[in-house]
Amino acid sequence: MKALAPTSEAELAEMVASASEPLRVMGSGTRPIGVPVNGQPLTTSGLSGVNLYEPGALTLVVQSGTPVEDVRKTLAKEGQRLAFEPMDHRGLLGTTGEPTIGGVFAANVSGPRRIQAGAARDFLLGVRFVDGQGQVTRNGGRVMKNVTGYDLVKLMAGSFGTLGVMTELALKVLPASHQTATITLSGLDDTTAVAALSRALGSPFEITGAAHRQTEDGPQTCLRIEGFEKSVAYRAGQLQTLLADLGTAEIETDPDANATLWQDIRDVACFHDGPGDVWRLSVKPSDAPGIKAQVDGAEALYDWGGGLVWLRVPQDTQADTIRATVNAAGGHATLIRGNRAGGVFQPLSPPIAALQDGLRARFDPRGILNPGLMGRAA
Amino acid sequence: MDMPKPNPTILARKSQLLDRLASFLPREALIHDPAETRAYECDGLTAYKCPPLAVVLPASTAEVSETLKICNDMGVPVVPRGAGTSLAGGALPTEDSVIIGVARMNEVLETDYDNRFIRVQTGRTNLSVTGAVEEEGFFYAPDPSSQLACAISGNIAMNSGGAHCLKYGVTTNNLMGVTMVLMDGTVTEIGGAHLDAEGLDLLGLICGSEGQLGIVTEATLRILHKPEGARPVLIGYDSSEVAGQCVSDIIKAGVLPVAIEFMDRPCIRATEAFAGAGYPDCEALLIVEVEGSDAEIDEQLETIMDIARKHDPVELRQSSSDDESKRIWLGRKSAFGAMGKINDYMCLDGTIPVNELPYVLKRIGEMSKEYGLDVANVFHAGDGNMHPLILFDANKEGDLELCEDLGADILRLCVEVGGCLTGEHGVGIEKRDLMLHQYDPPDLEIQMAVKDVFDPKWLLNPAKVFPLASSDTRRIAAE
Repeated sequence: MKALAPTSEAELAEMVASASEPLRVMGSGTRPIGVPVNGQPLTTSGLSGVNLYEPGALTLVVQSGTPVEDVRKTLAKEGQRLAFEPMDHRGLLGTTGEPTIGGVFAANVSGPRRIQAGAARDFLLGVRFVDGQGQVTRNGGRVMKNVTGYDLVKLMAGSFGTLGVMTELALKVLPASHQTATITLSGLDDTTAVAALSRALGSPFEITGAAHRQTEDGPQTCLRIEGFEKSVAYRAGQLQTLLADLGTAEIETDPDANATLWQDIRDVACFHDGPGDVWRLSVKPSDAPGIKAQVDGAEALYDWGGGLVWLRVPQDTQADTIRATVNAAGGHATLIRGNRAGGVFQPLSPPIAALQDGLRARFDPRGILNPGLMGRAA
Repeated sequence: MDMPKPNPTILARKSQLLDRLASFLPREALIHDPAETRAYECDGLTAYKCPPLAVVLPASTAEVSETLKICNDMGVPVVPRGAGTSLAGGALPTEDSVIIGVARMNEVLETDYDNRFIRVQTGRTNLSVTGAVEEEGFFYAPDPSSQLACAISGNIAMNSGGAHCLKYGVTTNNLMGVTMVLMDGTVTEIGGAHLDAEGLDLLGLICGSEGQLGIVTEATLRILHKPEGARPVLIGYDSSEVAGQCVSDIIKAGVLPVAIEFMDRPCIRATEAFAGAGYPDCEALLIVEVEGSDAEIDEQLETIMDIARKHDPVELRQSSSDDESKRIWLGRKSAFGAMGKINDYMCLDGTIPVNELPYVLKRIGEMSKEYGLDVANVFHAGDGNMHPLILFDANKEGDLELCEDLGADILRLCVEVGGCLTGEHGVGIEKRDLMLHQYDPPDLEIQMAVKDVFDPKWLLNPAKVFPLASSDTRRIAAE
C-alpha cells in the first residue's frame, strides 16, 4: 500500500480527519517496535526542515520528519549536539531508510548519556501534533522552563504515534564536549562490573557513559567522561584510583576510538549479527546481573550503569520467562527483535492500563492512530 | 479573582461528611473548627483567602485513599496541599472543599546509594531530602528558593526548579516513580527505581499538573553525588544587552555553569542598601557559578572570564575563597528580602528565549514608565526564567489592580517573544485567566480532556489552571 506522505501540517490534518481506516503512523520506519499495525501507512518524512535555531539559547525547532543526521549536522556547525545520544535501530533491526527526529521522540530513544544528561523526553520542550480527529494542537514551547498547563510534551514522547502525529518539535540542545576519555577495566564478572559502575556513578566525577560488554578479548567495563581537557584528565585519574582494587584501568583519549566504542554500545552492535531475540530491560542497576543469570542462554550488554540491559536470548524464548524475572525485581521489558506473539511492551497494572486507554480514547476517539501497536498481539 | 460559588448541597451535608471522615481518621487528623481551618485559608499567594470546609492531615496512603473515596462519593471538591508555599494560589481552598494536606507524611522510606535513589513520603521538605543523604555525599538537585519549607508533593505538582536547574534540570528530570491516589481512591504505582517508566509517560504528565490528576503520596527521586566544589564569578556591565550577549556566548562556548543569575540596576541598588554585598552600581550584573575540582573550576572560570572580558565589563570579580563566594551570593540571595523592605511587590514568573532578554528588559522599562510603577529584575538568565518584581503600595487605593494589570502585560510580552506565562511557579489561580494568551482553545481542550480521564467529576483542585469560562461546562456537568 502506498504511504500517505503529507508535505504540510495542514495536509496531514486533512488526511487524518478524512481517514476512514486505521493509519500506520511512522517516520521513515527504521524502528518497527511493537505489534505491526494493519492500516494505511502514513509517513512524516515529507515534513522536513529546521524552522528555528538559536544556538545561544540552546534551542532548535524542527519539523518531525527531518532526518536525525540533518539535525546532527546543523548542530555540529555550532559545536552543539543532541545530548541524549539517540540510538540508531537500523543495525539491530535490519531496517533501511533515514531515522527521523520525530521517530526518535515517538519512541523516546536515548543512548548511553541518558544517565547524566537525561532521556529524549527530557530534551523535548514543545510539540505540535495532529490528534486522531485531525485537530492541530500544540503544547509546551521553546523555553527550558515551562509549567504553563499540563505537560503533554512528555506524554507525546514515547507514545509511539498512538496519541497524535507530531509535526513540529522544539528541542533543547547542548554544547558538544571538547574532550572525551574512556576508562576501561577488563575481566570483571557481571556483578562486580555493575558494582564498579555504581561506585563510579556515585562519585563526583560526572560519568557520561557506564557500560559493561563482552568482547573477543573478554569482558570490558567502560566509563566515559567528557568536558574540557584538563578536567577530563583529572577525572580519569581520579576514577583510576577509585577503581584501583579491581584492576588497572586503561584510559583511551583518541576521539575516533571513543566515538566508535560508544556508538557500538549505543546501537547494541554486538547483537547486530546472528540469530536470537533481543529484549530491552529497564531495571534497578543492581538487579541486572541476577535477572540475566535467570534466563537460560542469555547474553547481555549492560548500559546506564546496569540499568539498561540488552538481552539476546535463544529464538522464541517465551516472553513470560523474561517478564517473570523482571516483574519480580521491578522494572520493565520490551521485545525489540523477535517473535511478538507474547506481546512486545510490558503489560500494565489495571489502573494504569485504564488511564492509558482513557487517554488514547480522548486523543484518538476513532482508534485510528497505530491501533494495537502498544497492545498485546492478537 | 473569581472563584466558583460554593455548592449549597455540599455545605448542607457538612456534618454527614465529617461523620464519615471521623469514622476512620484519628481525631488529630481531621480539622473542621472554623477557628482552626482559617490557618489553611491561603498559601503563599496571600492576596486571596477562603477557609475550607475541613482539613484532613492523613498519616498514610491508605488514609488519603479512604478520604478521597468518601469525597468522590459525596461529590466534594478536594484541594491537595503540601507545605502551602505556592506563589500562584495552587493550594487556595474553596468554601465547599476539603483540604488533604500531606505534611505529616514526611518519612524517608528507602535510600539506595548503589542505585542512586531515595524514596520518600511526599510531605517531606525539599531540603530535608538532601539532608537525609548528605552524610554519604549525595544531594537531591532541584532547589526551589523555598526549599527549606516547600514539600516534595508541591514540587511534583508544580514541577519546581531552582537556581541550579540549568545543569541539573527541574523536578520532572529527577523524578523516577510515584505512588499516586486517584480521585476515586485507587492507589497506583507509576515508574520506580528504574529509569524511563513503562507505557505512556504518565510520570511526565503528572509532574506539573498542579494536583489536578491525583494526590502523590510517595516519590522515588534521583540523587547525585555532590561536586567536589563550586565557585562563582561576578560580572558587571553597563548594558543589559551586552550582559545578555555574554550569557549567550558562555553557553555557546561549551561551559555549562550550574547557575547564571542576572540582576538589573534597580535590584542591585536595593540589595546594596539592604545587604551591602559590595556590588558595582551598573546596569546589569551576572553571577556565574561553576562546579568541580579546583583545577576544573579554574579552567572553566578562565574560559568564562575570557568571554566576559571581550564584552568590556565594568567589574569582573572571581571568588578566591569561601568567604568571597558568600559575599558574591549575598546580594542575590537577599534580593527578595531587600525589595520587600523598600516596598510591597508582586513577583512575576515568566520565561523567555534567552536571546530576547535585551528586548524584553527594554520593553519592561517602557511599560514600567507607562504604568508609573517601578520594576526590578532578578532572574535565572541561563534558562530565561524571569522574575520581574513590580513595586507598589498596598495601602494606596487602586495600586494593586494597576500592578496586576502591568503584571499581565509583562506576561503577555513573554508569550509574544516566544516564552511562556510561568516557568516555575505554576498557573494556579494567579495566571488562570491568561492561559488563552499562550494557548488556543483546542490546546486547552485537550489538556482538559486529560483531566476528564483522571478525575471525571472535576473534583481535584477546583478552579485552578484553566480559565473558568473554558472549564465551566465541565464543572457544571460534573455537579
